[in-house]
Amino acid sequence: MRDWMKMAGIRSSEITDQRVFQKRRQLLQASVAAGMTGLIAGSAQAKSESVPINGTIIKSPYRAEEELSSKKTITTYNNFYELGTDKGDPERYANRLETKPWSVVIDGECAKPGTYTLEDIIKPHPIEERIYRMRCVEAWSMVIPWNGFSLADLIKRVEPNSKAKYVAFETVVQDDLPGIRRSVLEWPYREGLRMDEAMHPLTMLSMGLYGEELLGQNGAPLRLVVPWKYGYKSIKSVVRISFVESQPDTSWNLSAPGEYGFFSNVNPDRSHPRWSQAKERRLSGDAGGLAALFSSKVETRFMNGYADEVASLYEGMDLQKFH
Amino acid sequence: MSATSNTVRFALPGWPWQRLLKPAVFIMALSPFIYLLHALLTGQLGPNPIDTLTDQTGTLAIRMLLISLALTPLRWVVKNTWPIRVRRMLGLFAFFYAFLHVGIYFVLDQQLDLAVLWSDLSERPFIVAGTVAFVILVPLAMTSTNKMARRLGKRWLSLHRGVYLAGTAAVVHYVWLAKGDLVEPFIYLAILLLLFAYRFVRLAK
Repeated sequence: MRDWMKMAGIRSSEITDQRVFQKRRQLLQASVAAGMTGLIAGSAQAKSESVPINGTIIKSPYRAEEELSSKKTITTYNNFYELGTDKGDPERYANRLETKPWSVVIDGECAKPGTYTLEDIIKPHPIEERIYRMRCVEAWSMVIPWNGFSLADLIKRVEPNSKAKYVAFETVVQDDLPGIRRSVLEWPYREGLRMDEAMHPLTMLSMGLYGEELLGQNGAPLRLVVPWKYGYKSIKSVVRISFVESQPDTSWNLSAPGEYGFFSNVNPDRSHPRWSQAKERRLSGDAGGLAALFSSKVETRFMNGYADEVASLYEGMDLQKFH
Repeated sequence: MSATSNTVRFALPGWPWQRLLKPAVFIMALSPFIYLLHALLTGQLGPNPIDTLTDQTGTLAIRMLLISLALTPLRWVVKNTWPIRVRRMLGLFAFFYAFLHVGIYFVLDQQLDLAVLWSDLSERPFIVAGTVAFVILVPLAMTSTNKMARRLGKRWLSLHRGVYLAGTAAVVHYVWLAKGDLVEPFIYLAILLLLFAYRFVRLAK
């Protein structure tokens, strides 16, 4: 070997010291490995891989005794217009939603306004599993095992004052979200609840489902769930919670006031100009395929079956007028 | 239309293209149906296949209807008769997809419930528009044979002008029912208006 180098006119001093060479080699290997992991992590993120929720999950007594919708159904059939208007778009573009870091601005009529990190918001609360029916205004429904806690518990922490009559919510607006470029709705997406609705124990803030952190298409990392109202009230990817004195604007109401009211309580007796609300198609089990073609519809229940808990909130109100 | 050598523009090249035109258009018009059938049987239509199929067959019916409406002006543009030779086939495909659309809505979605159908018709104008479009298409499909055309003579032509009304009703149906995202229905509306404008201008000349 030396002979060959001599012949080629290479001097020994030009040859890299063995130890230096080894070190460089290790460095190179490390950086290649890092690059690879980066690539793998990147592709995993593109597929929105599920992350189990840390810590114990308490089973809440709120458990609809009905067949659960499969995780696949819940994560592939969504309305989240910031990610696109097709039912498959939210899953397709979920990785465009940047959820780390995440913070929520809490402001308005409360004693402890401020910018709270996601951890600030979630940490103090025991995480529960609650099985709720979810009724979309488009006359389909699912049964979902949510993970989260009562919104009321967060509200108590920030101490709203007597002027706080309503709670307003906003969804994140990020330039990379494909749906934001078109003004299908007025961005940011807005929703609102009356204070007593927000304080009701059924109303929850959710950060997961099926024991895993929420995926982008389901409103990661933090969303509202109000099971007795049509799905669009359960606002996704919340970045702002404001305590206000008068009834806040809500996105679908701004878009078509005749069709979508502020309250939007599930009501089979109040017909919608697009869909009869008398029945719903239950997307339970592993819906899809041939069998799903012949699945029968189920009768929609007043307040989505939660009337015993919530009907008293609306006592004396004309629910046709205040829909 | 007389096709003398100096007026022939964009004529199809000779045999075998002349013979391939109809089979090729047939396969193209049928392929979305094959695709949907395959997707259905392999479970690729998502968790709510009834809604997906209703949407897909509805848009296909409108597209076929607009394409068949466009063939008459296309004949004037290309100064050749080959568009007319596939017009009936595409019209029948429009009916085929509309039939599937209505069938899926009534049989699978509403599960043959006449009371629901009635309340849909009385409360939802877009359902009325869709029904009008379909009801007009039925006699057109039934009288589409050469034999019927001969038997009905001049009345056949006036009957089949109903396709303009069906196209309008179908597009109105779609614009009316769309929620939030109006881009696609408005594209169809624009195409429809363009086709009407073209005919109107030609008529006025």
